Amino acid sequence: MKPRPNYLAGFGSLIWLFVVGLPLYVMLIATFQSRTDYAANGPLAFPERFTLDNYVNDLDDGFAQYFLNTAIVTVCVVGIVLLLVPPLAYAIVRSDGKATGRVFRLFLLGLAIPSQAVIVPMFYLINEAGLYDNLLGVILPTAAFAMPVCALILSGVMRDITPELYEAMTVDGATPWRIFLQLVLPLSKSGLSTIVVFSSLQAWNGFLFPLVLTQSSENKVITMGLYDFQTEHGVDIPGLLAAVVLSMLPILLVYLFARRALVQGLMGVGGK
Amino acid sequence: MTTAAVPTVDSTEKSVRHGRSHRPATGVGRPGFAWAAPAAVFFGLFALVPLLLVVVLSFTRWNGLGSPEFAGLDNWSRLLDDPVMVKSLWLSLVFTVLGAVVQTPISILLGVWAAGRQRNRAVLSAVYFVPLLLSITAVSVLWRAVLDPNFGVPSQAKWLFGDGNLFGTQVGAIGVLVLVGTWQFTPLHTLIYQGAARAVPGVLYEAARIDGAGRVRQFFHITLPQLRNSIVTSMILMVVGGLTTFDTVLILTQGGPGTDTTNSAYYMYQKAFKSFDFGGASAIALLLVLVATLVSLVMVRLTGYDRMRSTMEGV
Repeated sequence: MKPRPNYLAGFGSLIWLFVVGLPLYVMLIATFQSRTDYAANGPLAFPERFTLDNYVNDLDDGFAQYFLNTAIVTVCVVGIVLLLVPPLAYAIVRSDGKATGRVFRLFLLGLAIPSQAVIVPMFYLINEAGLYDNLLGVILPTAAFAMPVCALILSGVMRDITPELYEAMTVDGATPWRIFLQLVLPLSKSGLSTIVVFSSLQAWNGFLFPLVLTQSSENKVITMGLYDFQTEHGVDIPGLLAAVVLSMLPILLVYLFARRALVQGLMGVGGK
Repeated sequence: MTTAAVPTVDSTEKSVRHGRSHRPATGVGRPGFAWAAPAAVFFGLFALVPLLLVVVLSFTRWNGLGSPEFAGLDNWSRLLDDPVMVKSLWLSLVFTVLGAVVQTPISILLGVWAAGRQRNRAVLSAVYFVPLLLSITAVSVLWRAVLDPNFGVPSQAKWLFGDGNLFGTQVGAIGVLVLVGTWQFTPLHTLIYQGAARAVPGVLYEAARIDGAGRVRQFFHITLPQLRNSIVTSMILMVVGGLTTFDTVLILTQGGPGTDTTNSAYYMYQKAFKSFDFGGASAIALLLVLVATLVSLVMVRLTGYDRMRSTMEGV
């Protein structure tokens, strides 16, 4: 028995499409016209003359440097996460000691710590370590705050590996190292790609740590560039929105290719 | 996340089996604590140590230069006497409650709708997801431009927005902040409900249909009760998120007009990095963590969430 289509729900979802789509539409069409055209035509009108000047100006205005800095931060954060989280998740799933269980509970506690709660002591620590206004000072806390979610996701995936496989290898005398490299890592590929997508998203979009821990323009990341741009040239709306589009392009590309990994990761966190 | 690579493992197993007849002792072949240690040390250093340090700093006087001096309960007593602090706590509460009230019905309805399996739903859900990908900075800058009183949508739709500047009144500014939060975070909560709605056993609906229950009855009598766990998960995320709303306030309203949108998270930032009162800021930070934890615990207890087995799986 097939239920009949639910027109009311369909209608509601179209309204939401409008809510989601309208700002994105305003943003896109604004970026392709000059400031004067935008002011004259209003935010909703389709532009008559297309131009890419806004994008070119932004890139000349320092956004190329911010892009590079953000890319450096993102690559390093993903590197740290990939180096530290898989062994952690493996230990959480397979270790029989009590200590690892405690460590896992600490990471779960970490899920609930908002980054604002630690920003003042972080400022103190990073200053003491001589890392203020240094990209490394942004990378380290960003990686630490990406770890709890990644540990949760990856240990969930590793738990799905059947115990028989571990036992078969153990009976054959394989060391934990060997089991890790030959069994656990190959079978956790989906989880590994999820944590890569997840941590790079957090690093790329990070705001509070760069805001508080960097200062000079050569160490600015793209979110800081956007924030400064708005305070300095707030009236140049097409230029500002072009910068917003630039900042999100890489993410939308990743989303196109890694949608599954990302959605599954989020569902795994909230949906269980 | 299914694992279907069993054959390859079988073949390695055969090649490894060469004259090892002794059984390994228990614990052999299992990773020890050393495997967890690097991650634990790193995380401890950059997340747990600061959390402990915020407690210490809340009892000190520190202006960002030099070293913090012990100040006893001074920061705390100043907080209690500070009218802006009291107002900011109230505003944090308002943001949290409004956010939850607006987002929860929308995301439940969208999530249940998206749990169906037609192709157009999959495509639309993919579009709906986009706001969640963007940085809060990008989202705030985007909305500030869209709602700009001179060049944005309000200048074209006076019938809806009137002549006034949305950012110039408390109600308008709070409305904008709630709207932007809803725009960005509804997808996350939708996803939570979507996953849960898919897990509702189909037999329940079949039985209800045989009993002649309509769509609305099915929603209220089957879907909603089955989503109970997810509602708690989603609410806790909303409470923690709502109490700590900061980036949007900084970019969209700077806490204004006056201090009309200065919530506690923003007030903490101002105290620390504008007034260089790091001790007072630490006290606010600690207060926020305590309130958020307390609210989460109360919600978990009240709803019996912690007694439900399914939520504990994988934890």
